[in-house]
Amino acid sequence: MHESPEVLKTLAAELIGRVKAHGVTEADVMVAEGDSLSVQVRLAAVDRLSKAREKSLGIRVFFGKRSASASTSDFSEASLKQLVADTCALAKAVAEDETSGLPEQAAMATGVPDLDLYDPTTMPVEEAIDVAQRAERAALDVDPRMTNSEGAECDSSSGAVVLANTHGFLGYHRSSRFSLSVAPVVEGSDDQGMQRDYWYTVSRKRHELEDPESVGRTAAERTLRRLGARKVGTQRVPVIFDPETACSMLGHLASAVSGYSLYKGASFLLGQLGKPIALQHVNVEDNGCLPGKLGSRPFDGEGLPTRKTMILEHGVLSNYLLDTYSGRKLGMASTGNASRSIGDNPTVSPSNLFFHPGETSPGEIIQSVTQGLYVTELIGFGVNMVTGDYSRGASGFWIENGELAYPVEEVTIAGNLKQMFQDIESIGNDLVFRGKLASPTIRIREMMVGGH
Amino acid sequence: MPGLVKRFSLAQILMVVLSVEIMSEQVVPFEHFALEEREVEQALARVHVRAVDYADIYFESTISESVSMEEGIVKRAVKSIAQGAGVRATAGEKTGFAYSDDLSPRDLEIAADTARYIADSPQGDVPVPVTHRPVGTHNLYPLEQPLTDVATQERVDLLNLIDQEARRYDPRITKVMASINTNHKVMLVATTEGLRAGDVQPLSRLQVTCIAEEGSNRQVGTFGGGGRMAFSYYHEQDRALAYAREAARQAILNLDAVDAPAGILPVVLGSGWPGILLHEAVGHGLEADFNRKKTSAFSNLIGQRVASDVCTIVDDGTLPARRGSLNIDDEGTPTTRTVLIEDGILRGYITDRLNARLMGIPLTGNGRREDFRSLVLPRMTNTFMLAGTSEPEDILRSVKKGLYAVSFGGGQVDITNGKFVFSASEAYLIEDGQVTKPVKGATLIGSGPDVLKQVSMVGHDLQLDSGIGTCGKEGQSVPVGVGLPTIRIDEITVGGTSA
Repeated sequence: MHESPEVLKTLAAELIGRVKAHGVTEADVMVAEGDSLSVQVRLAAVDRLSKAREKSLGIRVFFGKRSASASTSDFSEASLKQLVADTCALAKAVAEDETSGLPEQAAMATGVPDLDLYDPTTMPVEEAIDVAQRAERAALDVDPRMTNSEGAECDSSSGAVVLANTHGFLGYHRSSRFSLSVAPVVEGSDDQGMQRDYWYTVSRKRHELEDPESVGRTAAERTLRRLGARKVGTQRVPVIFDPETACSMLGHLASAVSGYSLYKGASFLLGQLGKPIALQHVNVEDNGCLPGKLGSRPFDGEGLPTRKTMILEHGVLSNYLLDTYSGRKLGMASTGNASRSIGDNPTVSPSNLFFHPGETSPGEIIQSVTQGLYVTELIGFGVNMVTGDYSRGASGFWIENGELAYPVEEVTIAGNLKQMFQDIESIGNDLVFRGKLASPTIRIREMMVGGH
Repeated sequence: MPGLVKRFSLAQILMVVLSVEIMSEQVVPFEHFALEEREVEQALARVHVRAVDYADIYFESTISESVSMEEGIVKRAVKSIAQGAGVRATAGEKTGFAYSDDLSPRDLEIAADTARYIADSPQGDVPVPVTHRPVGTHNLYPLEQPLTDVATQERVDLLNLIDQEARRYDPRITKVMASINTNHKVMLVATTEGLRAGDVQPLSRLQVTCIAEEGSNRQVGTFGGGGRMAFSYYHEQDRALAYAREAARQAILNLDAVDAPAGILPVVLGSGWPGILLHEAVGHGLEADFNRKKTSAFSNLIGQRVASDVCTIVDDGTLPARRGSLNIDDEGTPTTRTVLIEDGILRGYITDRLNARLMGIPLTGNGRREDFRSLVLPRMTNTFMLAGTSEPEDILRSVKKGLYAVSFGGGQVDITNGKFVFSASEAYLIEDGQVTKPVKGATLIGSGPDVLKQVSMVGHDLQLDSGIGTCGKEGQSVPVGVGLPTIRIDEITVGGTSA
């Protein structure tokens, strides 16, 4: 279904020519297209099947220090002509912004490395249905109480993107993504009610998806173990985040070290660069050029090369995540973390952001706690990025004498992110990349658990 | 897990305004999408084979524009144009769906073939006439002047005034960020039942975020509003400037906030936006899809007590100009007012076509989709509790030691076990019936089928929120409203840090 790279590149180059004719001083253009297939199966029957083809293009123009952006999915001549005219008019309505502009020409990526992000395998509908059915069946077969399900979903998508600018940069890359998830429901005895959990596998390559039966069984085990969950008393205890929930700590770190949060004064890590914000054993890396990984890309949203950037090095906040604009605001160079949605200004996002693994096994971390909470799910938005104040809903397991004693739900955990990073006492050896953010199990010295 | 987020992102905001021509209300011709009626009929016929119960094609064209200000200058303007069609066929519980941003007859046919795939039967040859059957009598958001007639310059000027107003409020306000998003959607749905219905749906929102600084103490405050109204709404009654002062006030107030308490406490919720409680605690759990699948904590509870007898809760898509209102839903069903809970007893679910048909219950006009790329799901519109009889002051006075929460960030719910959270962004301690110190934000957590049984007093001061809510479900965002009178919850867990 894809247009050839040449067709997309020609369109992008042609648009650059069009906007130049309108007298812009600088501009960039993004053109993207993609196909996707999504199959959802519930209780063995096909519940939903959806297929899509999408395309979109975006332009950003500069008249000196004034700029505006626009996007459209209509590639007709009339639409493009209107889009270019409207965007140029819009740019003239906004104020001059001294910081605005494309990256320096010398900083642009000079080549497009092959990061092994594309698998041309197409997944036939029948195969996607089969994979989803097998995963769900495996989950429901684990226990007779697994009688219901939110379903199993198997998705595949692939897409291509071209970025071109008035510096002469013209980059093209394509990528693919395959995923499978299952969300079974278990019905316990009357006083236990129902519980739902899930498990998933996601990868850029079809053959790297985990086997459907194993995904289903893991989902079932995660769901079953929640039966009979209860509240615990309000108390201050050690808190362990499992790898899934620990990734949320990386998410908060990524927003706090984003150049945009920093120059807007909206980060709890303002003024902390070069200072220890965690213990010596804590290392966090952002790396956009790891082959085959979900957060990798050959160039960023402005056409700069991606790279490895240490965010925390032996506990010291060593770098921010920056694009050109936010870097200029802070007097620093971009770290190649510009992220773009079509037709919008760049913003900053992490590529593959992960804690370096430690030496301790997750089992040993749990054993190290006498009384505490092992968190497997977090809900809500109770995080204040300006102050670091943190209060979220949690569920998981109560730890008693180094063992998971019983499931817990309807509790909150609260603290402050600044303190929570200082309090990362253990980092597990169980680092697995399951998305852009990846974390081993981590132990926080102490947080307030709110219950009854 | 669905949730409601007050979309105040410090980072950046999506876009907005419309610039397609405004059609007369509810009559959107296929020509708007450069298609002829015959082409739409052919696509519907192609998808409507014997095993297909129902099929529809949804056409959409949306133009959005966003203008935003920070550091005292309006530096960003973003415009986006999206158009496309989604084709859906249902057969029993199965749904086949395809969409394309190309509107050519060939693309419609490819989409129809994909949607039909689930019916697992050969192509039919019976043409389906698409007759024009008018629906609905609502005209909830008549705009005399298209939002696009509002010059970018007028929006820029308003943002500049907001910046000055917020800074004038207090010298400790050091950063002001504001944005105006306008969005104009033209939709048209044609079904195999012969329905053809369209609507023009304007939407806008203005939001302001302030940061206050005092020494190393930095705090944030946010406020905003909007709906399906003309741009002049922000000028009337000085609303835009009032939003600026409110955001500034919250930021300054938080400079003095003390640690929030942890544990079970009585909580008084203020009127308006705290209605997010209803959206999370009961609203999502009463969406028909979860109940048909029996994966909701509210499954099989119709007719049973799920709240105290002072609680009556409705979902109402028919309120003029509100953010959550619609003339028709995305399946062409006129919106309605649905009683969810009456005097504490669970009365009904909110439905879309598929789930209403499978469950044998009425259509409520709640079949909504984010855009042509998304499948219709049962979704809330404006969800609120009806006013009671208590004086708000008496409700506060009744609490010896507790929390008074008046503004919230967002919330989220786990449908299956019913546990929900919502996070306060402005709250105070109540000590001996008096509102005392402001406390830091804290998350409140409870269980949907239980929490409303703890509501012992309901004020007479029902208010709807100012028009800022965006609800997320299965990755789709739709605008919604909430509302609440002042209420007292006898016991709920508060997730502060102070013992």
